Formats: sequence, C-alpha cells, structure tokens
Amino acid sequence: MVLLQAVSGLIGNTPMVDVSQLSPNPDVRILAKLESQNPTGSVKDRVALAMLEAAEASGELSPGRVILEPSSGNTGIALAMLCSQRGYELKIVLPESVTVERRQVLEAFGVEIISSSGAEGSNGAVRLAQRLSDENPDWVFLYQYGNQANPRAHYEGTGPEIVADAPEITHFVAGLGTSGTLMGVGAYLKEHNPAVKVFAVEPPSGERVEGLRSLDDGYVPPIFDKWGGIDLLDGKRIVRPAESLLWARRLVREAGVFAGLSAGAAMAGAVKVAERLNRKDGPATIVFIVSDGAWKYLSTGAYDDDLDDVAERLADIIYF
Amino acid sequence: MSAVTVRLPTVLRQQANGQSAVSVAGSTVGEVVDELVLGYPDLKSNLLDEAGTVRKFINVYLNDEDIRFLDQLETTVVEGDEVAILPAVAGG
Ligand SMILES: Cc1ncc(COP(=O)(O)O)c(C=O)c1O
Repeated sequence: MVLLQAVSGLIGNTPMVDVSQLSPNPDVRILAKLESQNPTGSVKDRVALAMLEAAEASGELSPGRVILEPSSGNTGIALAMLCSQRGYELKIVLPESVTVERRQVLEAFGVEIISSSGAEGSNGAVRLAQRLSDENPDWVFLYQYGNQANPRAHYEGTGPEIVADAPEITHFVAGLGTSGTLMGVGAYLKEHNPAVKVFAVEPPSGERVEGLRSLDDGYVPPIFDKWGGIDLLDGKRIVRPAESLLWARRLVREAGVFAGLSAGAAMAGAVKVAERLNRKDGPATIVFIVSDGAWKYLSTGAYDDDLDDVAERLADIIYF
Repeated sequence: MSAVTVRLPTVLRQQANGQSAVSVAGSTVGEVVDELVLGYPDLKSNLLDEAGTVRKFINVYLNDEDIRFLDQLETTVVEGDEVAILPAVAGG
C-alpha cells in the first residue's frame, strides 16, 4: 500500500470486474468499470479534481474564493471532498427531488445547499445556478456541463485505463448526464479503434418534469455539442426505472457488485447490445460504467421493496 | 399504415386535451408526428421548427431508442410500436 498526502490521491485507476455470468450471450463478455471505487464513491471525483486543477492553473481559482455548482449530488459531493482542504467555500444547487442520502452526504461535508425546485429537475438546478452566477460575479462557476475539464478527465483517465485493462473492447455503454463520461471515453476509444461502438443510456426524466414551461426548457449540455455528441454516439436509449432496478439488483445479488441505479441502467443497455449481437459478429467485449454504488439509494427501497412499487417511486427521483 | 402509441410528457399534455398517450397512424416516425400535429395543432410549434424538423431540445424515441441514431424521421414504424416525445434533461 502507499501512504498518500491527501485523499485526492485515491482518485482514478479504478478496477474492472468481469460480470459475464450475467451476459445473455455466451459469445459476449461484459465488464464493469467500478467508478464507485473512487474516494467519494462516484465517477465525479475525477471530474471535480480536473475542474479544480484547471481553474487553479488558469488563475481563476485561489484560496478564499466561493465556488458555485449545480449538481444532482455526485459532482457536489466530489467537490466537497476536495474544496475544504484547498480553502474554497462551496455552494451546491441541488434539486429537491434527489434521494435523502445525497443531501446527507453533502451535509456531512459541511457544504451549503441551495435547493432548487424538484418539479423542474436537473434543468431547474442548472438554470438557478446560472442566475446566481450572474448575480454574484465574484463566485467561481465551474459549470460541469460546459467545462472542457469534465470530458478531458475521461479522455485522459477513464478511457486509457479501459484500453489498458481491456484492449479488446468492442462496445462501451454509460449513463448520459452531463455527457462528460461518454464524450471523453468515447472520443478516446474511437481513436484507439474506430470500430468501437459507443452507446448512451438515460432515464425517462423528461416525462414527469412538470416545472418546465415548454419544451424550450429542454437542455443539452454544451460539452455534448462541442465533442461531437451526435456523431460520436452510435445509439442512445431510455432505460426505464423497472429495468434499471432489475439489473442493479442482479449485479448486487449475482455478481456481488454493489451497483447504483445508473449502473443498473448501463448494465441493462449492455445486455440489450449483447442480445443483438450474432455469432457472425465474432466475440465481443462490452465495458459499462458503474458510476456509483448502491449506498445513496437504499432509502428508496430500491434493493428489496416490491419492484413495481419502487419503479413508480423512482419516476420522480433523480438518480443520474 | 400502422397504429402506434405516442407518449406525451407532462409539459405537452395541455396541448393534447390532457392525454398522456395518443394513438396515431403512420408508416414512419415522421408520418406519425405529422398526423399527431394535424390532430393537435397546438403541439406543432412545440415539436417542430420552421423547417419541419424536430427541435433541438426535444428527443423523440421509437421503442425507447432515440431516432437521431436510427433513420431520424424516416425511421419505419410497425403496428404496436411506441413513440415517446421528451424534453432533453441533463444529469450530473
Ligand atoms: C450516478 C450517475 N450516473 C451517471 C451520471 C452521468 O455521468 P456524466 O455526467 O458523465 O454524463 C451521473 C452524473 O452525475 C451520475 O451521478
């Protein structure tokens, strides 16, 4: 083992685990990249560190400054772990529709939480943060949705790690939130081998978002367009809560991977890809991302309540 | 022509007499959308831009797959398919 000078030294270099026992196709291997092994338990530790380092390098950020960021939880938690030691005050705009655990972890780190309307979902949090940023020009707005350091953390970290551990990769599946994971890893993988296919999964969040005045309140992160999102992806599908739950439970109980709900959705996406591959396609290796662990979803009953009951409850909860 | 179900998000329901799902006929997603806005004209400006293409901040799915990665509005539909229209929502 190593003696680290700071917890940030634990970020990245995450392990991959073979979960092919859950593959519906004997010719297709499925590998889980455990981003849940990062120090605050999510993929966002990489992004938070990269955004802070970029802002420090450019001189935008120095001790004593206030940082503002909209987050459905994980980015906020990751920033919280890093900010106090670096002397930054952190304010997180958090939608009311996240699980109680996400809020509790932020509170444990002593972060100031600014609540945004649950009915407006993540888009409402982004909009409120943009307004607060305009009103408080001395606050540093990292803005993960438009910050190049977000996809770059995956282009320089997550992507090369995947290729080092599974150079034979043929397909990549991950959840779509800011698109940082998919853009950064996707771009790196296609440079490694242009034949690699990249698939996005997303929850049906837009279905119930009631606070939107019109469809013009829909939001596409600037980094998605900047990194050629439409051309980079080979497919994008909705995975509904019932299916995300089913696969999160199977990962926990049959593979021992303590997977969160977006990981369940990504696994469901990997299974769909595997089902569609034929013998003539040759052997395939699908890598999917376990963005976080199950801890922050336990209060929803995700892992033991009646599946249809929880699925109905999750329709109003943000878990990406 | 096939009968397909179009699922509408909460934000669009007022423009479709409060319905969350509508049955519409067509042989492509584009025909289904045309038929839908013919029946519910208030929906049109919300869904399509002046050029008649799906607006940027809207995603249209056929059986939960985003049609931008299929054949877009030319994507063929068959009887019993489900088209879902959703505003784009980010996570993070
Ligand atoms: C649990 C979980 N899964 C998936 C995502 C999506 O990742 P990205 O923002 O890189 O698209 C997030 C983003 O916060 C997340 O918290």
